[in-house]
Amino acid sequence: MGAKNLLSHSFRIAAKDLTELFRNRLGLVLLIVMPLFMMVMVGFIYPSNGSTLNNLPIGLVDEDVGYNNSTIPSQAFIMGLQAFNAQTNMLKLSNVSTVADIKDMVQSGELNGGIIISSNFSESIITGQQGVLIIMSDQSNPQVSATVQAALSAVFDQMGTQLAIQNVQPLNATNPLAIVKPYNVQTQGVVSGTPSYFDFIAPGIIAMTVMMSVMTGLPVAISQEKEIGTMDGMMVAPINRLSIILGKTMGQVARGLIQGVIILVLAVELFGVTIHGNILLVFGLLLLGIFSFVGLGIVITSFTKDQETAQMLMMTLMFPMMFLSGVFFPIQQMPWYMQSISHFLPLTYAADALRKVMVLGADIPAISPELIILITFGVVMTAIALPVFRRMMTR
Amino acid sequence: MIIMENNSIIQVKNLTKMFGKFTAVDDISFNVKKGEIFGLLGPNGAGKSTTLRVLSTLARPTKGTAVIGGYDILKNDNEVRKLIGIVSEKMIMYNRLTAAENLRFFGNLFNIPKDVLNKRIDDLLELVQLTKWKNSQVGTFSTGMRQRINVVRALLNMPQVLFLDEPTLGLDPQSSVEIREFVKKLNQENGTTVLITTHMMVDADLLCDRIAIVDHGKIVALDTSTNLKKTISGADTTIISLELANLNQELIDTVRKLDCVDSVTQENSMHLRIIVHGSEAFDSVLDSVRVKKGKINSVQNLQPTLEDVFLHITGHQVRDVADQKIPMETRRRFGQRPQARGR
Repeated sequence: MGAKNLLSHSFRIAAKDLTELFRNRLGLVLLIVMPLFMMVMVGFIYPSNGSTLNNLPIGLVDEDVGYNNSTIPSQAFIMGLQAFNAQTNMLKLSNVSTVADIKDMVQSGELNGGIIISSNFSESIITGQQGVLIIMSDQSNPQVSATVQAALSAVFDQMGTQLAIQNVQPLNATNPLAIVKPYNVQTQGVVSGTPSYFDFIAPGIIAMTVMMSVMTGLPVAISQEKEIGTMDGMMVAPINRLSIILGKTMGQVARGLIQGVIILVLAVELFGVTIHGNILLVFGLLLLGIFSFVGLGIVITSFTKDQETAQMLMMTLMFPMMFLSGVFFPIQQMPWYMQSISHFLPLTYAADALRKVMVLGADIPAISPELIILITFGVVMTAIALPVFRRMMTR
Repeated sequence: MIIMENNSIIQVKNLTKMFGKFTAVDDISFNVKKGEIFGLLGPNGAGKSTTLRVLSTLARPTKGTAVIGGYDILKNDNEVRKLIGIVSEKMIMYNRLTAAENLRFFGNLFNIPKDVLNKRIDDLLELVQLTKWKNSQVGTFSTGMRQRINVVRALLNMPQVLFLDEPTLGLDPQSSVEIREFVKKLNQENGTTVLITTHMMVDADLLCDRIAIVDHGKIVALDTSTNLKKTISGADTTIISLELANLNQELIDTVRKLDCVDSVTQENSMHLRIIVHGSEAFDSVLDSVRVKKGKINSVQNLQPTLEDVFLHITGHQVRDVADQKIPMETRRRFGQRPQARGR
């Protein structure tokens, strides 16, 4: 009887909350628009298929003075570079007369970098030495600088390989490439296809949105009712105090799951994310993630007196969580002390497990460490939260 | 079940409620009889609302307890909740739900069977003439309509005891009259016991069978309105209304200094309300005014009001301490605790 009443009252409260939610048109629109923005933003600012680099403005300075009136090696290099670029459109080459000009143009933002053919380039090649090529990079923007260096190094490497193949022709080898490059390096993923950055980020964003929406929604929903006074209406009813928190939680979970489904559909339809694992397991994980956050939400509810404080407190907690839980950046890239903080965040494990399921098609045994941690976290937080909540309700 | 003494339905025993070091309700005890309309009258911050919240199980007393309908508010809170209804100063209604949805939601929390509940909702809406608005969202209602449906909400479980916390606050005179008449009707027809808090003298005077005057968390007087008034309009005390053409501070001070004068209130630019005692008092006041060249337009001997009673007992006016509402948030934990009313 007690348990049945508890559940039925909780359902009533959840249903009431959802009715209110669905009648709030603007709120409902935002509920869909927010994850949409999030997805579109993250989906398009991060390159989704490896190298989409093109038309990087690069200056070319030919300082080669020639050897015995011959500049054939440098001419051949430039022609090779242009032929290569005609295929890939990776660079936008422009001829610049001096190194100083490149510096000026990088400073004024016209160029992202430069290629300098050294003055003794032809001499070195003809006399059997290494020809020196210098890549100038723009240090003010480390990311562009790194991209330019990587792109140009790859180009030169390929051109050098071709030159080497020509050079070893006299050896009459069956496979000249095997002499020039004895190792053939290939990469292969655990699952077929090449996951994009988006595949990496989508599970994290889903986990984050759902869990955050519950964690913020719960304190706001409860403190709002306390503020406008409607909480008293529930408090004077002969119901278990637990059904208030349970009902509120169910309402928020439903809201969070709606958002989660929207993001999932968008990720699959708009950004071509493929789910390799079991879709039920995905939802199971989302629910578990929510469970691990609910306790935290209740504790926050108990300590905040009004909506504004609850929201401010949530923002304070949300930002570190967003960046430290490996949703946007791999945890492995962080320094050790930041990594150790991220080990205390349930979102880290939820996002990780969800990623394993969605990208790698993992099953329950494969993600059992994460599951155990999430369950433990949830149980401990709930155990702390319930007495705190009870005390708060009848002050 | 605890046996209630003398036909009473509420027994408050040494109830104390403290917020930190601030004592909102200070060791009060009183009984409310079955079928009575009982008023707690006092300024804001006197502890009326806190008392009401403790009695309606919304707050825990620091010390003492109360028994309602045979159940202890601490030990059997859910049994108490079944017997009571509360109309708080704040609306307990969800704006985005319709009138019927709101009532159904709260009714369901009391486990009222579906058909009984639906019938009761129709009846109650009819009673406050809101049937037409049954399926309109409460957010679209006028203040008067909202307060009416708010009162109806408290009646869903057919409570034996109805708590009303400043029910006419912010209502126009017409709506106030409606609410007062509704409460009276409810009390007469259903025998519902009503405990009402108010700082409006009119409410208390017109509605309540007995009134407890509360000040600084203590009950300073408890009796019927008539008896309370008798305490000051007895053989010895008189209330004089004096209209002076040239009323000034000097005249007021002169009158106030007289031994026979208990209190002087300036009501407007020409009127003084003076409470005096002793048989010679009337003459002494008029003499002293004439000595100071006061031009008397008219003199009246007034019937005492509850306000006079309050003034007489507490030594300050209700208005003096009114409007000291402090948001609940500042009350707990951090910094100094302001003297706030309980919330």
